[in-house]
Amino acid sequence: MSEPARPLGKDLVGLEDLSADQIRTILDTAEPFKEISERRIKKVPVLRGQTIVNLFMEPSTRTRISFEFAEKRLSADTVNISSTGSSVQKGETLVDTARNLEAMKIDMVVIRHWASGAARFLAERIPSNVVNAGDGSHEHPTQALLDLLTLRDHLGDLAGRRVCVVGDILHSRVARSNIWGLLKLGAEVGVCGPRTLLPRGIESFGVEVFNRIEEAIEWADALNILRLQLERMKGGFVPSLREYNRVYGVSTARLEKAPRDVLILHPGPMNRGVEIDSDVADGPQSVILKQVTNGVAVRMAVLYLLAGGSPERAEAAKRRGMGG
Amino acid sequence: MSQRPMLLKGGRVVDPSQGLDDHVDVLLTEGKVSKIGTALPRPEGTEEVDCAGTVIVPGLIDVHVHLREPGGEHKETIATGARAAAAGGFTAVCAMPNTDPVIDSPATVGFVAAAGREAGSARVYPVGALSIGQKGERLTEIGELVEAGAVAITDDGRPVMDSGLMRLALEYAQAFDIPVADHPEDLGLSRNGVMNEGVVSARLGLAGKPNASEDVHILRDLLVAELTGGHIHIQHVSTRQGIEAIRQAKARGVRVTAEATPHHLLLTDEAVEGYRTDAKMNPPLRSDADRDAVREGFLDGTLDTLATDHAPHHYDEKEQAFDDAPFGIVGLETVVGLILTHLVHTGEMDLSTFVERASVQPARAFRLPGGTLVEGGVADVTVLDLDREWTVDPSLFLSRSRNTPFTGWDLRGGPVRTVVGGRTIWTLAEGSRS
Ligand SMILES: [Zn+2]
Repeated sequence: MSEPARPLGKDLVGLEDLSADQIRTILDTAEPFKEISERRIKKVPVLRGQTIVNLFMEPSTRTRISFEFAEKRLSADTVNISSTGSSVQKGETLVDTARNLEAMKIDMVVIRHWASGAARFLAERIPSNVVNAGDGSHEHPTQALLDLLTLRDHLGDLAGRRVCVVGDILHSRVARSNIWGLLKLGAEVGVCGPRTLLPRGIESFGVEVFNRIEEAIEWADALNILRLQLERMKGGFVPSLREYNRVYGVSTARLEKAPRDVLILHPGPMNRGVEIDSDVADGPQSVILKQVTNGVAVRMAVLYLLAGGSPERAEAAKRRGMGG
Repeated sequence: MSQRPMLLKGGRVVDPSQGLDDHVDVLLTEGKVSKIGTALPRPEGTEEVDCAGTVIVPGLIDVHVHLREPGGEHKETIATGARAAAAGGFTAVCAMPNTDPVIDSPATVGFVAAAGREAGSARVYPVGALSIGQKGERLTEIGELVEAGAVAITDDGRPVMDSGLMRLALEYAQAFDIPVADHPEDLGLSRNGVMNEGVVSARLGLAGKPNASEDVHILRDLLVAELTGGHIHIQHVSTRQGIEAIRQAKARGVRVTAEATPHHLLLTDEAVEGYRTDAKMNPPLRSDADRDAVREGFLDGTLDTLATDHAPHHYDEKEQAFDDAPFGIVGLETVVGLILTHLVHTGEMDLSTFVERASVQPARAFRLPGGTLVEGGVADVTVLDLDREWTVDPSLFLSRSRNTPFTGWDLRGGPVRTVVGGRTIWTLAEGSRS
């Protein structure tokens, strides 16, 4: 076997660091993996013998489960470490966590952490591949990648397409990763939310800013609606959930006024009746469950590519997996 | 003081306090500057120091350092901090009171003063807390603190949020002729900020402190100083709007002095890229426009005092996620080289203005001995080699901490000898003598 090419480098910390080609490579590699998940035996042996630690220092059932499915379908051995009931919450520093992981000779770490920069911190300190599963308000690259894959499935080439991220942009890692990914693929990007939840200087990212959801709906081909964290109300960023729904909630009545069918994405978990109404979430324009399905495929692609796989061999792996 | 007299011979003496820039000799006797003149004869038993090719200036003074003792001895002690100061060319430093316990009583002020004397290196002047426990509620016994050796009061580390308390401090302190130093920050506007609010914080997903959080308090301080006639000393100014406000206040006669730090003169929030905790300090590194304004203010004297805000932290405290790492960087052992290299050698600032900002004015602002080489003054002297080339290597610091964003910077110029009370406490060749 020749030296693995590592098309993504050692780690996946954020989409800001990736080129358009690298993002396309991940999305293309996800295609054959999508199919594997449709089979009766949903397993390929490409990561057999590899050990992956899922280090979740902040609760997240969805992302962790999605990664676990991806890892198991690639035949990796996985260990979950979460903040409850392990040493990580008992005052152990990130440095010590990193040193311990290094000592255990694992191949990859999937890290979710409440601090911005935590994934990069770990990546700089251990030889294993590090995948960022969300760090503070910084990035959540695999979420954005699955959003991109879902958008591409429905809109085709994203160049010139208009996607608006709606909600708490200030604290959202999903928003940042989406903005970078979409811009790199040539999409036009909008953000919409109360000014209290938009970072000052967001315009300099090269995005369009909408103060009102009506304007965003009129403009967009797709809306990516973020969950409104309830802490934001305690922090005084929004006066009440009711008012948030009144002003920024995406409802059928609002969507009906749009000049075109607007695709609806939501990274979950949803607050029905707050940022999104149920009839929108469950309606014909919603691709929210397809996002979940694509999440596993995209994460398989990321893990596979970091481990040294190439997009071409992913096809072959798929065929081999059939026999296995 | 019975040490031998010292004759500094053949150097260029730059002392803006007396408009002096000339090749003259300096004789130090019994802790005082006893004579300045051309080709001074060497009295019997005098140590002669060949200063050819070097510059002799009044001892540099840093009015803003954190020496961490008591309570933070793993980061720095008064002794290690005083030796780091000496190695940086400083003959005196003012130690901030935000220790554990807080320096808010005559006993704790006395402790800092005594530990400073015991260290036998750079002079250590205690700064007392403005409020008891730095809680921002009630004034300390300012008169008693001054009696015990405090040269100023401040709640630095945190701002004085209650404007009424700031008024009382500025009024009450006038009887003792000391400045009231303030760390200007509106905590409501900075919230949980860990860096400058701007494009970089937006990208990194870190909470920002806007310029306004500093500006609001600078304006408040200036207005209350104007109201009371008290002397406000504004610490580590980092914003363009704050500098403009100070400039205008000075023009209308408000009693205000203000600091510029080397890091706000030289760096911007870009230094935080990669979540570098050695670029995390409070106030934070700001935009290009702010950095330019700090420089302009430092050149025109709006920011009249160079201060490092030397803030040592143990390496594993900084080796953390950015949100978790403490604010602050060390500064004593790099500032002279940084300013000489990036402001003096570039022609932006002349040497005598540098000495004005780093010695003459700090002494004046805090009413300290020194800041001059006039005959009869204290024999606190710094000898500089303007051309020696060196690279910042934190492993060589005498400070107990290494948290600097300037690691690896190539610098030109630095101290070669530090003399306190007529006694050499540090030389480049031999290191610390205490
Ligand atoms: Zn301060």
